[in-house]
Amino acid sequence: MASTIRVRATSNGDITEVQALIQHPMDSGFVKDSKGELIPAHFIQELKFEYNGKDVFVADWGPAVSKDPYVKFSFKGAKKGDDLKISWVDNKGASDTTTAKIS
Amino acid sequence: MTTITGPLATRRLILQGAASVALIGLGNLPFAAQPARAAANDKYPEEAFKQKSEADAIKALYGKTAEPSDKVKLDAPEIAENGGVVPIAVTTTLDKVTSISFFVAENPNALAASYKIPDGTVPSVSNRLKMAKTTNVVAIVEADGKLYSATKEVKVTVGGCGG
Repeated sequence: MASTIRVRATSNGDITEVQALIQHPMDSGFVKDSKGELIPAHFIQELKFEYNGKDVFVADWGPAVSKDPYVKFSFKGAKKGDDLKISWVDNKGASDTTTAKIS
Repeated sequence: MTTITGPLATRRLILQGAASVALIGLGNLPFAAQPARAAANDKYPEEAFKQKSEADAIKALYGKTAEPSDKVKLDAPEIAENGGVVPIAVTTTLDKVTSISFFVAENPNALAASYKIPDGTVPSVSNRLKMAKTTNVVAIVEADGKLYSATKEVKVTVGGCGG
């Protein structure tokens, strides 16, 4: 399966800007389906960005984060060509991991 | 007689049952109000995400209260046509930032997202949140052990929490 994570990490020499888009339903648990039955909550709880074995950004998410979540942040100390590791875990225990090259 | 006492007894039983449920409910409150201090460690702050009001969620997440600061800049639209996708961003000029959290006051659960900002990461986050209706969005920045907040009202045309 193709990765659910799309990342773009660009370095300007000093600061690396990271944008990530993840495919996930992020069901809040408050929405009903066409039969009027509640769709159970299903959302990413933790999203982690690791550089050089160290966390550079950790997100704790609740169901109020939009479907197919997007996040943007920046960090210092990385070089072009280095790897950035991204992983998430949802409330049902599913997870995904990917590695992006900083460009 | 039996025809009268029967329903009455049932009624009393039901009332007693309701009373004990109410008592159990009250008994749980102190636990819920206990600060989980999840922001300080690596665990997912489950309790904070369960709190309904923004004040309770802030207390459960950080165990303290925030003061408004003009050094926290909250960027959110005046009007969001689709409450399901509201772009919200925060930047701050504060030093020693360790975390940034987003709350939507009148969502079913106020805490929407909480981000840990390790050393070397720029204290600036953009994300997209769901909003049930027109209400305040609150951003909290934890810097040097203190909490600073910024608040902005976002008008929501179509709510994003269903129902």
